[in-house]
Amino acid sequence: MSYMLQGSTGSWEVVIGLEIHAQVISRAKLFSGAATAFGAAPNSQVSFVDAAFPGMLPVINRECVAQAVRTGLGLAARINLVSRFDRKNYFYADLPAGYQISQFEHPIVGAGMVEIELADGSTRRIGVTRLHLEQDAGKSLHDQHPTKSFIDLNRAGVALMEIVSEPDLRSPEEAGAYIRKLRSILRYLGTCDGNMEEGSLRADVNVSVRHPGEALRTRCEVKNVNSVRFVMQAIEAEALRQVQVWESGEEVRQETRLFDPGRGQTRSMRSKEDAHDYRYFPDPDLLPLVLDEAWVAELKAALPELPDARRARFMAEHGLSAYDAAVLVAERATAEYFEEVARGRDAKLAANWVTGARFALLSARGVGIEASPVSAAALGGLLDLITDGTINGRIAKEVFEAMAESGSTAGEIVERKGLRQVTDTGAIDAAVAAVLAANPDKIAAYKSGAEKLFGFFVGQVMRAMAGKGNPALVNEALKRALG
Amino acid sequence: MMLTDLTLAAARDGLRARRFSSVELTEAFLSAIAALNPTLNAFITVTAERARDQARAADAALAAGQGRALTGLPLAIKDLFCTQGVRTTAGSRILEHFIPPYESTVSANLLRDGAVFLGKTNLDEFAMGSSNMTSAFGAVTNPWTRRGDNAALVPGGSSGGSAAAVAARLALGATATDTGGSIRQPASFCGIAGIKPTYGRCSRWGIVAFASSLDQAGPVARSVEDCAILLGSMAGHDPRDSTSADRPVPDFAAACARGVKGLRIGVPRQYRADGMAPEIEALWQQGLGWLREQGAEIVDVSLPHSKYALATYYIVAPAEASSNLARYDGVRFSSRTEGDDLDALYENTRAAGFGPEVKRRVLIGTYVLSAGYYDAYYLRAQKIRALILKDFTDVFARVDALVTPTAPSAAFAQGEKMSDPVAMYLNDVFTVPANMSGIPGLSVPAGLDARGLPLGLQVLGRPFDEETVFAVGAALERAAGFAALPAMRAGA
Repeated sequence: MSYMLQGSTGSWEVVIGLEIHAQVISRAKLFSGAATAFGAAPNSQVSFVDAAFPGMLPVINRECVAQAVRTGLGLAARINLVSRFDRKNYFYADLPAGYQISQFEHPIVGAGMVEIELADGSTRRIGVTRLHLEQDAGKSLHDQHPTKSFIDLNRAGVALMEIVSEPDLRSPEEAGAYIRKLRSILRYLGTCDGNMEEGSLRADVNVSVRHPGEALRTRCEVKNVNSVRFVMQAIEAEALRQVQVWESGEEVRQETRLFDPGRGQTRSMRSKEDAHDYRYFPDPDLLPLVLDEAWVAELKAALPELPDARRARFMAEHGLSAYDAAVLVAERATAEYFEEVARGRDAKLAANWVTGARFALLSARGVGIEASPVSAAALGGLLDLITDGTINGRIAKEVFEAMAESGSTAGEIVERKGLRQVTDTGAIDAAVAAVLAANPDKIAAYKSGAEKLFGFFVGQVMRAMAGKGNPALVNEALKRALG
Repeated sequence: MMLTDLTLAAARDGLRARRFSSVELTEAFLSAIAALNPTLNAFITVTAERARDQARAADAALAAGQGRALTGLPLAIKDLFCTQGVRTTAGSRILEHFIPPYESTVSANLLRDGAVFLGKTNLDEFAMGSSNMTSAFGAVTNPWTRRGDNAALVPGGSSGGSAAAVAARLALGATATDTGGSIRQPASFCGIAGIKPTYGRCSRWGIVAFASSLDQAGPVARSVEDCAILLGSMAGHDPRDSTSADRPVPDFAAACARGVKGLRIGVPRQYRADGMAPEIEALWQQGLGWLREQGAEIVDVSLPHSKYALATYYIVAPAEASSNLARYDGVRFSSRTEGDDLDALYENTRAAGFGPEVKRRVLIGTYVLSAGYYDAYYLRAQKIRALILKDFTDVFARVDALVTPTAPSAAFAQGEKMSDPVAMYLNDVFTVPANMSGIPGLSVPAGLDARGLPLGLQVLGRPFDEETVFAVGAALERAAGFAALPAMRAGA
C-alpha cells in the first residue's frame, strides 16, 4: 500500500530527494594538514590554509579522495576518472576564503544506487545521482556574547561527501530507510562514522507533492535536518503544508525552509529570489583531479563485504531468516560480533542471543554492541553451556546478566553460583512429589479438565529446584506423576 | 666604480674574492635607499637592521667557505611576497598591518641561497595596474626622466617599486610578479631586464594572489644573466602549490652564453598594431637585425587569436581576483571597519580598505561570473584562452622563440591615463598573451626613444624553455650594448 496524503482534491503522492552531507573519516582536512578530531578546543585545529591567509594554497588530501572513491564503489556508482574542483562563492563569517571548494559540474562519482528494505519485507532501489567532495565551513556561535558572534574554524576545511539521491523516495518511511541504509554502507566502508548527533551526517530534504500520474510540482528544500526521525517528521510536515497550499488555490513557491522539531513545522528561510548567486567557476589553484584506473581497481579489490552481500551470506551460510539477517547486518559491529559468536555454534541460537543482547544494551545504555561488556567469545562460551546441557535457557539469562556485571566467564559464574542444570531424575521426582503433595486441590482441578494448570506445576517444580531443573525432564516427570 | 653599480654577478664575484664584504655592499644600498627612496617611493618597508644581520651572517659564511649562490647579495622583495615577521601589504590599505607568520616559497628559496633582503617594494594595489599609481602607499617615481623635462614618470606596474629600485641602484635585483605584464612592462619602462618564467616554474605559495591561473613570480635585474641567476634560486617544485611544475631547474645562467646561431626567431605579424610608434617599430626591426647578424633566422609567423588576448584577460583576471579577494573581509587578519551587522562589517571594511582600481576589478569579476553572464563571458574567455595557447603551440613547432616589443610606449607621466582605464589596460597588449598561455617572456632594454626613455624588446619561448629565452635575450643585450643611465640613481 503506497503512502498517500488525502486532501479535499484527492490523494497526493509525496516526492522526496535527499542530499546527504557525510563527513569523511580522515586524519587531515580535504586541502590542509590540520587535524579533524571532534570535540577539540575551539580554533585549535586550524591551519593557515583553513583560515584563508594571504598566499595560502589548497593541496588535495589523497586519503579523502580514496574515501570518496570507496564510497562510490559501495554505492555501485560510476567513478569519474577525471573530476574538477570549483569555487562556490559567498560571504559568511565562518567561511574564511569567501568561497567553498566543491565540485559543481564534474563530480568524482556519478550515478549509483542504494537498495532499501521496507517493513513489509519489500525492497526498492533508490537512484543516487552523484557524489562529490567539498569542504565544510566553520561554525558560528551566536550565544557566547550579547553582541558578538564567535567563530570556530576547527571544522572549516574538513572533507564532506555530498551524496545526492534521485527524487525516487515516496514516503517518510522510505526516506528513513534510505538514510539508515546509506549510513550502514558508509560505516561498513569506514568512510563516514554516520554520527548525526555530532553532525557528521546531515540531510537536506527536497519535498514536493503531486496527484498520482502528474508531472513534478515545485519543490522546497528543508535544510540541515540532523536525525532520521526529524527527516521523517519534516517530510510529513512539509508535504502536508504543500497540500494545504495547493488546495487553498495558491502555489507552492520554490524556497529553502528549516524544520522546527519543537513545533513539528517547517518555516521559510529564504525564497528563490533571495537565493545566493554562487558564481561557481573552476578553482584555478587546483588541477583537475585525475584518477589512475589501476588505483581505483586496487581500492575496489580491498572493499569490505557490504551489508547486502553479508545479509545474503548469513541467509545462505547460517540459514537465518531474511528478517534476522537484516537485523544483524544493519550495523557492521553487530554483524561481526554475531559471526564470532556463531562460529562453530548453532547460528539460530547465536542470532537470538546477539539480537537480544543488542537490544538490551541499546535500551539500557543507548550504545551499540561494540560497547558490550560481554565479548563475543564470552557469549559463545555461554551458548556452549546451553548446548551441552550444563545450564538451561532460563538460567542462561541470569548467567548473562552476571557476566555483564562481573566480567567473569559463564563457566565461572555457573560454578560459583551452583547453577548447573539438574538432570538427576531422582531429585526431579522428589521435587515433583513435594509440589503435588502441597496442591491436592490443583490436582483435582487438572484431572477434571483444567489442563492449563500443567504450566503451574512446571513453574512450581522449577521454583522448588531454584530454576536449575532440566525443563524436558521436569515435563516428563510431571506427566508421569499426573498420570 | 661604486658598489651599487655592480651587476649581481659582479657583486657575487667580488664577495667571493673578498674584494668587499656583504656588510659594505649592504650599507651602500641602505645609504642609497635613504637618499633616494623619499623621492622614488620604491620601498614601502625598509628592513635595514634585518639586512645588516643577514649581511653579517653572510660574511661569516663566506669567510668559512660556505657561500651559496646568492650569499651576501642585497635584494628587494615585492610587497606581494609574504615575509615572515615583516609587514606585507600588497600595496593595499586592507593589509596595512598584516605581518605574515610564514615566508613565501620564492623568498624562502632566496634566503636559503644566502640573499640579504633590503625591504619590501611598492606595487599597484594587489598588483592591479600598469603604472604603480594605484598603491595605497603612494605612487612610485621612475628614476628616468624625459630629456629636458622634469615631469615625474611612472615606472610601470605592477612591479614598479621593484623595477625602480633596481634601475636606481637601490638593490642588485628584486623579486616581482607578472599577471598580465607586471614584470616585463616595468622592466621596459625602467631600462632593466625582467623575466616572467613559465606558469608553474615558481611556486605561488605565500604570494598574495591576484589571478591564480595567471600569476607567476620572476626576477628583475640589471642584466639578463642576473635574472637567470636569480630565477635559478627562485624556481623549483613546491608540493604546497598544486600548480607548481615538478621538473628540474636547469642552469639558466649557462644558457645566457649559448648564442642564437641556427635558431629560428618568429615575428608575429599581429603584433604590428595599428598606430605603433615608429620608433618602437624601428627598434624592433633593429633587434631582429642584431639576431640575424648573430646567425638566427627570422621567420614571419601568425598568432591569429592574439588580438582577443587583452579582452579575455580582462575577464579572466578580474573573475579570479573577485574570488581571491573575498577573504579580505575584516573578520581575521585584515584591517577592520566595524558595522552594526555582518553585512555592514563587510561593506565598511572593504569600502575603506580597497582602492578604486581594486573595486573596479572586483565588480567586473563578480559580474562576469554571475548567473546568466558566465557562459557569455567567463566560459567564452576560457575557450579563447585555449585558442591563444594553440596559436603558440602551432608557432613553436616552427620557431624557437618570438621577438616583439614589450610595451606600446615608453614610460608615461604620473597622472596620465588615470581617467581612462581602457587606455591604461592597453599597456599590456603585448605582454598578456604570455600569461594567457603560460609561456615564458623576458624583457630586455634595447634602446632609447627620441626623448631619452628606455624601450624594451620581449622574447617569448616555449613552455619550460626559459633557456632559449635567456639565450636570445642575452644576444639582444650584447648587441644593444645598452649603457644609458637613469637621472636618479645612487651616487648620481
